[in-house]
Amino acid sequence: MRYILFFVFLLAGNQTLVYSQHTVSGKITNEKKQPLAGSHIHAGTFFANAAADGSFSISGIPNGNLAVTIEYLGYKTLDTVIAVHKDVVLDISLKPEVSQLSEVVLKKTLSEKNASTQEIKANVLENYSSESLGDALKEISGVSSLKTGSTIVKPIINGLHSSRVLIVNNNVRLEDQQWGTEHAPNMDVNTAGKISVIKGASGLQYGGDAIGGTVIIELAHIPVKDTIFGKTIINGASNGRGGSISSSLSKGYENGWNWNLQGTFKYFGDFEAPDYVLSNTGNRERNLSASLGYKGENHGYSFFYSYFNAEIGILRASHISGISDLIRAINSGQPQVIRDFTYDINAPKQELQHHLGKINYYTYFSDASKLSLQYAFQFNNRLEFDLRRGDDRNKASVDLDLMTHSFNADYEANFSDKMKYKAGISGAYQNNAANTGATEVRALIPNYNKFDAGLYAIASYQANEKLVLEIGFRYDFSHIDAKKYYLKSRWTERGYDRDFSDIIIGEEGQQWYTNPVFTYHNFSGSLGAKYEINDKLHWFSNIGVASRNPNPAELFSDGLHHATGQIELGDLRLQREVALKMSTALNYAAEGFAFEINPYFNTVSDFKILVPTTIILSNRGPFPVWEYRQVDARMFGIDLTADYDFAKNLNWHSTAAFVYGEDATNDKPLIDMPPLNLNNTLSFKKENWNHLVLALKNETVFTQQRYPNNDFYVDVTDSGEPVSTLVQISKPPKGYSLLHFSSEMSFDVLKKSKMTLGFNIQNLLNTNYRDYLNRTRFYADDLGRNFRIQLKLNY
Amino acid sequence: MNVFKFLSMGLAAIALCSSCSNDDSNPVNEEEVITTLTATLTGGGHTITLTSRDLDGAEGPNAPVVTVSGNLAPSTTYTGSLDLLNEAATPAESITEEILEEAHDHQFFFTISNALATTAYAVPNDENGKPVGLNFTLTTGAATGTGTFTIILRHQPNKNAEGVAAGNIANAGGETDIQVSFPITVAAQ
Repeated sequence: MRYILFFVFLLAGNQTLVYSQHTVSGKITNEKKQPLAGSHIHAGTFFANAAADGSFSISGIPNGNLAVTIEYLGYKTLDTVIAVHKDVVLDISLKPEVSQLSEVVLKKTLSEKNASTQEIKANVLENYSSESLGDALKEISGVSSLKTGSTIVKPIINGLHSSRVLIVNNNVRLEDQQWGTEHAPNMDVNTAGKISVIKGASGLQYGGDAIGGTVIIELAHIPVKDTIFGKTIINGASNGRGGSISSSLSKGYENGWNWNLQGTFKYFGDFEAPDYVLSNTGNRERNLSASLGYKGENHGYSFFYSYFNAEIGILRASHISGISDLIRAINSGQPQVIRDFTYDINAPKQELQHHLGKINYYTYFSDASKLSLQYAFQFNNRLEFDLRRGDDRNKASVDLDLMTHSFNADYEANFSDKMKYKAGISGAYQNNAANTGATEVRALIPNYNKFDAGLYAIASYQANEKLVLEIGFRYDFSHIDAKKYYLKSRWTERGYDRDFSDIIIGEEGQQWYTNPVFTYHNFSGSLGAKYEINDKLHWFSNIGVASRNPNPAELFSDGLHHATGQIELGDLRLQREVALKMSTALNYAAEGFAFEINPYFNTVSDFKILVPTTIILSNRGPFPVWEYRQVDARMFGIDLTADYDFAKNLNWHSTAAFVYGEDATNDKPLIDMPPLNLNNTLSFKKENWNHLVLALKNETVFTQQRYPNNDFYVDVTDSGEPVSTLVQISKPPKGYSLLHFSSEMSFDVLKKSKMTLGFNIQNLLNTNYRDYLNRTRFYADDLGRNFRIQLKLNY
Repeated sequence: MNVFKFLSMGLAAIALCSSCSNDDSNPVNEEEVITTLTATLTGGGHTITLTSRDLDGAEGPNAPVVTVSGNLAPSTTYTGSLDLLNEAATPAESITEEILEEAHDHQFFFTISNALATTAYAVPNDENGKPVGLNFTLTTGAATGTGTFTIILRHQPNKNAEGVAAGNIANAGGETDIQVSFPITVAAQ
């Protein structure tokens, strides 16, 4: 391995570098040109504080592109990239920010000596260019992933996922049928300039239903100056025998205009476990985004459009159609279908498209009072292909069109020097259309129209030099009007004939045509405090209440789930779930050492879970039936991050997360809680060896010992005689420990550009493992060793 | 440098868009549901019909209604045939034809408990000369008694695996499209 590495760097290292040293200086002000003394300026590995007149100067900066971050408490952090090939003057005006303090979350790299932001920055995101949002979010302790195979990855925040996690993409709440556990976020991770995570309900600006948390994706900042910059990232990976290319170009003008164009193309064939090909797991993505904006003296506007298109193969062996198939899969210990490697993707598969378009306008009435208006349009199409017979062979089994129009108005202003507030209203109209005409399959998720309206207010108060308090409140109205066909036999079995006979509006053969209508009024709120114990030690605390309405799957499901061979039933009687989360964090950051410890307690009433209830017989044999039920749930956990520079070029970075989930109604553990996990990275950095970074990461996931026992007995007749057989679906797979290697070097090329060459090996030891939170764990091992080369050009 | 910038714009343009659509709700009577399996056994001057009918399909709560029209005679060879229908569709749709059209992707397996009888595949075979099982023979032994006759249909089985062509399901793989058990009695007529 050493020799391969050496060779890679030898190839890349032919360019001898001469560093020229430059100075970046300037002045940090607010928008009224008042100096912001003490602003933190990070420029690459350099660091400075602005003087009393807002000025700063950093010298010794080498040629190339420089990531600059400027922060000042109460103002929006500015992240940008500037090209440095002579001395640069950077005058920046920061915009006020109200809602930052309640975000009790961790930032990824504490070594950057910065406690107020909690995010994954662009340079880390770039490592995930060929992967997905869900993969990148695992960088934050307490965030894990719910997977289906290796390409469908959903974030789990403190044990919660799907409808309980809001994803806000460029200030638009992503509406991409996020209720499904196999529905990964429909967005390209390459569009993100920065990702922040709010664990818990305090992202009130975006919604009151974030029981788990909110993921906020922001675009890269384009400064108001004549500049053009871009980057291209090319990945090649051995596992999947494919890669990705992503490219973006940004242009800023002195007169305030700016634009950006970005595209990604991804192509992978079958992935491989250590011992076999994971047949039919290839994927493709074609993504595009474009923005055009204007930032004037007192107002500005922007237009943004993004398009996401993915085709994702689902592991062939995970498609089952009966319990005896499931038993065979579990007992055999290896996939029932293993074919030669191919780039082809056949059924079962998903084809997804997401369009997002938005217009944003803002205006300043005074230095601190700002009004923002935004309209956004989203259209999501989801096609799921199953194995079908005859004429239907090439028809999708699921074809859902989800269209969302949303409008937001946000106003922020100062009451006084010490008190700021932000308030807003939002409205949305959503239409879901199930194209049953095209699929000829009964729609599990019905056609519906949904109207939402919300209003919120957040205030922050600087009590004294050390203490900042924040309070927020939100009200949401939601009205859903659905049309759904129910099998008459199911309607009666559910007892709907007693409770819902008034919603039947038609009859069609064996089915009732019904019109369920629900209206909800929800309240949510948040209370937060930040206390600066000393300049190294900060304490955050937050209490939040969130309310979430039952999602379409929880209300309306009534069919067979092919990945699990179970029939899943929703319930029209389900109520909203309400969470109360208390969270606190202690953050220490000093030269060379930093840590954060974040314990929390979350109690959720009417928490929706799927529980097995019975077994029904059919011509395809027996099927277990799982129903959505509501229970009172409790979760407590702790997230840890530590970072230590224990020698000049050596850094140790560690994250750990533990969550304990209990179904308090039935005194049972909650299903699908992430097991204790630890990540430890040892890295070696040497700036003057072409910014060499070598890192070895250990990812350890323990066995989840707490799980509800949902095993069941069923009569299996494969041998002729009915044999009562235990179906062991509950026990989580054994824990595992993986090693990953990564390395990179950067070179200046063509004067104004920087090239970074990375070489990674994931699962270095080719370890066989299965993950509890992977829905294909019954059928196949997880991914084997993967060699990846990444070429990154910043220009 | 201009080359990179040009390429990046070109790449962005490669990603293509496609159109949106909208639709009204239609009632759907699923086409692929096999509501009814009928096995007809003819031999010894008798015809015995075994039927499993599940009108609300696999996803409906009602169990299939299983009927067997009579007893089998000992030491008799029966000619068997299977017929599959979707009676949820109007008019009822024959699934048997679809299976014949995609014969290589389908195979029936038969098991009979208590060694009451044995089965053997009959023609037609699929295009590769492998058995399908829509037609078969069933031969009862000399012993009388009761037991279970199970019929399983696998979709996309591995017909080349050991023993599969002879009717052994153990290595067949694939997905279960049908799995029905009939109570049978072998008794002197």
